[in-house]
Amino acid sequence: MAEQVLKAGKALDLKYQPGFNIVTFACLVMLYAPIAVLVFFSFNANRSVTLWTEFSLDWYASALANENIRGAAWVSLEVALFATVCSTMIATAAALATTRTRPFSGITAAYMTINLPLMVPEIVTGIATLAFFALMGNVLGFTFGEANLMIAHTVFCIPFAYLPIRARLENMDLTLEQAAADLYATPWRIFRRVTLPLLMPGIIAGAMLAFIVSLDDLIITILVARPGQTTLPIFILGQIRRGVTPEVNAVSTILLGVSVLFVTLFFLIRRHDKGRG
Amino acid sequence: MTADALSNPKAGLAPEEAIDEISAEKRRVRRCWQLLSPALITIGVFGCLPLVIALIYSFLEPATYGGVVWNFSTDAYVQLLFDRDIFDDSLIFNPAYLEIFSRSFLLALFTMAVSLLIGFPTAYYMATRPPSQRDLWVFLITIPFWTNLLIRTFSMQLIIRDEGLINVLLMDWGLIEKPLELIYTDFAVALGLLYSYLPFMVLPIYAALERVDFRLVEAGFDLYANRFKVLKRIIVPLAMPGIIAGCILVLIPALGAYITPVLLGGGKELMIGNLIAQQFGSSRNWPLGSAAAMVLLAMVLLALVIYVKVTGRRGGPAHG
Repeated sequence: MAEQVLKAGKALDLKYQPGFNIVTFACLVMLYAPIAVLVFFSFNANRSVTLWTEFSLDWYASALANENIRGAAWVSLEVALFATVCSTMIATAAALATTRTRPFSGITAAYMTINLPLMVPEIVTGIATLAFFALMGNVLGFTFGEANLMIAHTVFCIPFAYLPIRARLENMDLTLEQAAADLYATPWRIFRRVTLPLLMPGIIAGAMLAFIVSLDDLIITILVARPGQTTLPIFILGQIRRGVTPEVNAVSTILLGVSVLFVTLFFLIRRHDKGRG
Repeated sequence: MTADALSNPKAGLAPEEAIDEISAEKRRVRRCWQLLSPALITIGVFGCLPLVIALIYSFLEPATYGGVVWNFSTDAYVQLLFDRDIFDDSLIFNPAYLEIFSRSFLLALFTMAVSLLIGFPTAYYMATRPPSQRDLWVFLITIPFWTNLLIRTFSMQLIIRDEGLINVLLMDWGLIEKPLELIYTDFAVALGLLYSYLPFMVLPIYAALERVDFRLVEAGFDLYANRFKVLKRIIVPLAMPGIIAGCILVLIPALGAYITPVLLGGGKELMIGNLIAQQFGSSRNWPLGSAAAMVLLAMVLLALVIYVKVTGRRGGPAHG
């Protein structure tokens, strides 16, 4: 008790460093002010992106009515959904193999391979993938067509899906599975009825990260995409180069909204987990 | 369990049981590899193999309309440093590409240093909040980390361009006559990189600081250290693994940045990423682009090796 009082009284004093709160405030302003300006002016009735006139949703209406934007959104969604489903399944299997097991020879190499897409700069991955698909086309006469993009996205989504699933597995206790085994459940049944439901929050979290990473990717996409395969980020880059209209702000705000929504859900799942564990 | 059984779990078993144990172990390892195979095959075929192909391409000759001609040549690497004279084939030193590499490296180092100066105090402030508030702080720093880099960079463009928010406000207040030249400068690129990768610095330092035992700080004060000395001699050394991780995490993407120089540097202040993309785009020199990519990859691997060496010596975990 006495120790607690002492701690509470001294805590502020001990940990305080002058000026750090100001730097933190400046850091948040720097991170958020530009985004806030972009979102703010997407609701501007005027064409200008720096002069406020009045509130309006016109730019959202025109963005949603724009055929090109709808087409790009569709391509983005298709690629992201494919990449999310494939990478999450692959990552789940990999996480099951690399956790709760005694280390075996080659496991470090396996870790490094799974995390490779995180270590190689995107631009290098992009040109390498482009060269690879070109070579396949020229030498073997074999192309994946529009699936190029889906395959490329799946590869770099795997580590993002893998990390939350692995984290979840490491914190799961083994007793329920042992109990199921004691009750003569077959390994497959244990997996279906015990492991998988327990693992689900991690799988959902991993899938959400994979989805937003795929949805947001530009560099690899722009190099690997076939002509006419325009995703939302490619479309937005084209618009920015052509000159800014608030329509771009509106599309960007929607895309930001999707990311923020998913990150928030991700955090809520994690917090729910922590609260239980 | 006896010490003998602990050091060798199979010691206490009968021979048949030991054999069962070994084959069970073999089955277990085989199952692990089966589960790993989709990930390893996908990343191996579509992630590693392309890198090998890019390495091979960097030793070939360029075809006229993009692609390669299958003749071995080290020209791509030579071209990064020299121009070949058209008349007598002699090599003339040309620092143009070298300048792009050194500019990228300096910009990345500068970004790393400034983000450390801003990121450390921020992480420290976050880590010293009451535990109930910390999740919210991590959330606030994580949001920009996961939002679209293109859109974030674009929003920075809206702020610093000639008719952007800063210039409009300053002119409204009569502080300046004509717009400040902010955008399309090295300053703009550095600012953009800092803005893009700052969360990468804050989060690992925060993770390290959150584990610091503040009784050590108390002991430091008891021994008459002042606040600065406590920071320098106790807190910074304890946070060092996080600081190094943060530096690497900022340095690597900053080195390979592509969008930031395009949108904020106006495409005239090139970085390595733009050089590589250009060779695969309008310049149609795939071997040169591949060679530049390999040099960039080598720089990144060097940074990672240094990271593993440094953190390994400190006895910290290599990954995880």
